[in-house]
Amino acid sequence: MPSLLDRLKQGIQKTRAGLVDRVEDVIHGKKEIDADLLEELEYTLIAADVGVRTATDILETIRQRVARHLVNDPSELRQLIQEHLLGVLEASERPLMKPDQPPRVVMVVGVNGSGKTTTIGKLAQRLKEDGETVLLCAADTFRAAAIEQLEVWAQRTQTDIIRQSQGSDPSAVIFDALHAAKARKVTTLIVDTAGRLHTKDNLMAELEKMRRTTVRVIPDAPHEVWLVLDATTGQNGLEQARKFTESAGVTGLILTKLDGTAKGGIVVAIARELNLPIRYIGVGEQAADLLEFEADKFITSLFEK
Amino acid sequence: MFDTLSDKLQRVFKNLRGEGKLTAENMEAALKEIRVALLEADVHFKVVKTFIENVKQKALGQEVLTAFSPAQQVTKIVKDEMITMLGTHTSRLRTANMPPTVVMIVGLQGSGKTTSTGKLARYLSKNGHRPIVVSVDVYRPAARKQLSVVANEIGIPVYEGLPEETKPAELARGAKREAQQAGRDMILVDTAGRLHIDDDLMTELSQLKDQLQPTEILFVADAMTGQDAVKSAAEFHSRLGITGVILTKMDGDARGGAALSIRQITGQPLKFVGTGEKFDALEAFHPDRVASRILGMGDVLGFIEKMEENIDRKSAEEMQRKLITDDFTLEDFRDQLKQLRKLGPLESLLGMMPQVGMLKELKNVKVDEKEITRVVAIVDSMTPRERANHMLINGSRRRRIAKGSGTSVQEVNSLLKQYGQTRKMMKSVSGGLLGGKKGKFKLPFQMPF
Repeated sequence: MPSLLDRLKQGIQKTRAGLVDRVEDVIHGKKEIDADLLEELEYTLIAADVGVRTATDILETIRQRVARHLVNDPSELRQLIQEHLLGVLEASERPLMKPDQPPRVVMVVGVNGSGKTTTIGKLAQRLKEDGETVLLCAADTFRAAAIEQLEVWAQRTQTDIIRQSQGSDPSAVIFDALHAAKARKVTTLIVDTAGRLHTKDNLMAELEKMRRTTVRVIPDAPHEVWLVLDATTGQNGLEQARKFTESAGVTGLILTKLDGTAKGGIVVAIARELNLPIRYIGVGEQAADLLEFEADKFITSLFEK
Repeated sequence: MFDTLSDKLQRVFKNLRGEGKLTAENMEAALKEIRVALLEADVHFKVVKTFIENVKQKALGQEVLTAFSPAQQVTKIVKDEMITMLGTHTSRLRTANMPPTVVMIVGLQGSGKTTSTGKLARYLSKNGHRPIVVSVDVYRPAARKQLSVVANEIGIPVYEGLPEETKPAELARGAKREAQQAGRDMILVDTAGRLHIDDDLMTELSQLKDQLQPTEILFVADAMTGQDAVKSAAEFHSRLGITGVILTKMDGDARGGAALSIRQITGQPLKFVGTGEKFDALEAFHPDRVASRILGMGDVLGFIEKMEENIDRKSAEEMQRKLITDDFTLEDFRDQLKQLRKLGPLESLLGMMPQVGMLKELKNVKVDEKEITRVVAIVDSMTPRERANHMLINGSRRRRIAKGSGTSVQEVNSLLKQYGQTRKMMKSVSGGLLGGKKGKFKLPFQMPF
């Protein structure tokens, strides 16, 4: 069994390779920090989906230091960028919310196709390994075969699941699941919700209703609301995070599909603008392919040779 | 949230009046804005460079025509260039000489392949084809079940496969046999989502291609994709030779810059655009509309088309006359709202509007379908005289109307206010339409409300 750090490294190898190589490319062979170099660095960050504004900010910090002669060696640039990114991510960190008494209720939300159901399957596996008792709630009653998909994950991870038929009211399923979670004394209830675009007001209102239903049964719930974000997502990710936070009260992010070549740099912009911590990263389709996100390790792995 | 590119260019060129030419100097600030706008729209940075270069070439040395402001002129160059780069023709699906035509649907996980397969099947059957669908996704839990549910919902036959057919190649073979026996002329093959760097699965796809000899291989791309779009699209193209692209989730507010990147990197046409959760929400690709979207200019054409489909022309003309002659009563207001509701979800409609001037405010107006029902109820609770002349409606009448419609006085008040604003806005719009000086806005179409 490879260690967590190994898996993390392996998982984000591609990400690392992309960003680091290009930063290295940019730095390598340049003796002085000139305008061209800075411009290339900006493109490097933009190519990682960090976003124009964040990239400009980072570069502005560097420009100022260069102007004040604090940076003479181009290789120091990497250090600076690393520190900046780490600072942004660390500023948004916060401890997980623990309920006074179980169950802890975790709602998982996101746009269509971001990987909610798969992530929940992996999450169930993870929590069980940590000694928790988990109950799943199939509140995606909209998409064809979404319930069946979650059921397969429930079987794989030997987790109980509360479900109704397709088309039933998701709030009703949650209501049942909350009572079942209390009666069965599980430690965590994970609620799978239907994928929805953040621009659909009626569907976002449905999320608010699900929250209200939850509060009625367990007043301090949901304890965590995680937004699942596809690492390939570009600048629209920020707007997604904003809208889901407004309607569903997002408390953290899960970044999926980091085993591809996408960088997921948009989380830096999200952390910066909305102060949301990143909780987990998804690096594959197997049950074990969900890793805890740790800002320092993530950034270190991004930059270490 | 974002200022539109047109707004930004307007600002940039504010100080340019009087200069006769677009020069390298005065273009620089404009090009910077264009660059930021494209990057914010997720166009790949290399494509942005090419784009900016092209625009520069075309703009430099152009006389600033008196009829246009420099901002308008640059906007036009930018838009034209965008349309050119997106591909100037609307593409159709090709069919095989010998039916059945095989269409493979490929893409990354979660891009929307299965939903698009359902939509495409429906689109084809509406256009005289007899498609059958098959899912060869043997990996994701319940993926095949998902396509079956979708197919049943839209009334398209689905090849479910025999118990012993557990591999993609076997399922595909079975579907082909079934299509021939049942006289279906098109087979849509929904494949499993995969990462472009997953060598085993990419090999599986190219073997499937060799076996099926598809006429079309459509790459499904999420409109929200960022800079990575070029990598995945390029890899799918080099391994399979895709023949077209379906751009999904365009009903969100992503600007869809990935479309331009993918088009540039593969050279293959965008064919369809997915615009909603329902199975008829698939449209043929129109470069001009997507261009406006990427540039944040709104989709006026799409808007007009929707209007024309749903609005009774005669009553629209009548309304136009009323607006101009100031006869726009509360009754008309109600009828307009009713017509508006026929257009479908209002958010998607407002999303198409260009975000300029006062219409920008309009975009932020939350239109709740229930709200319309309430408004209609309120107007229905008025007497004919009140509807004809809203000035009559005093405090006691307001209370009566609120009671009659089951609403509150506040709601009646806000409706009257809304009506007043609409009147005011429509007057200025129609003024523009008449070519008069009093209107601030020029719109190339008639407002039906």
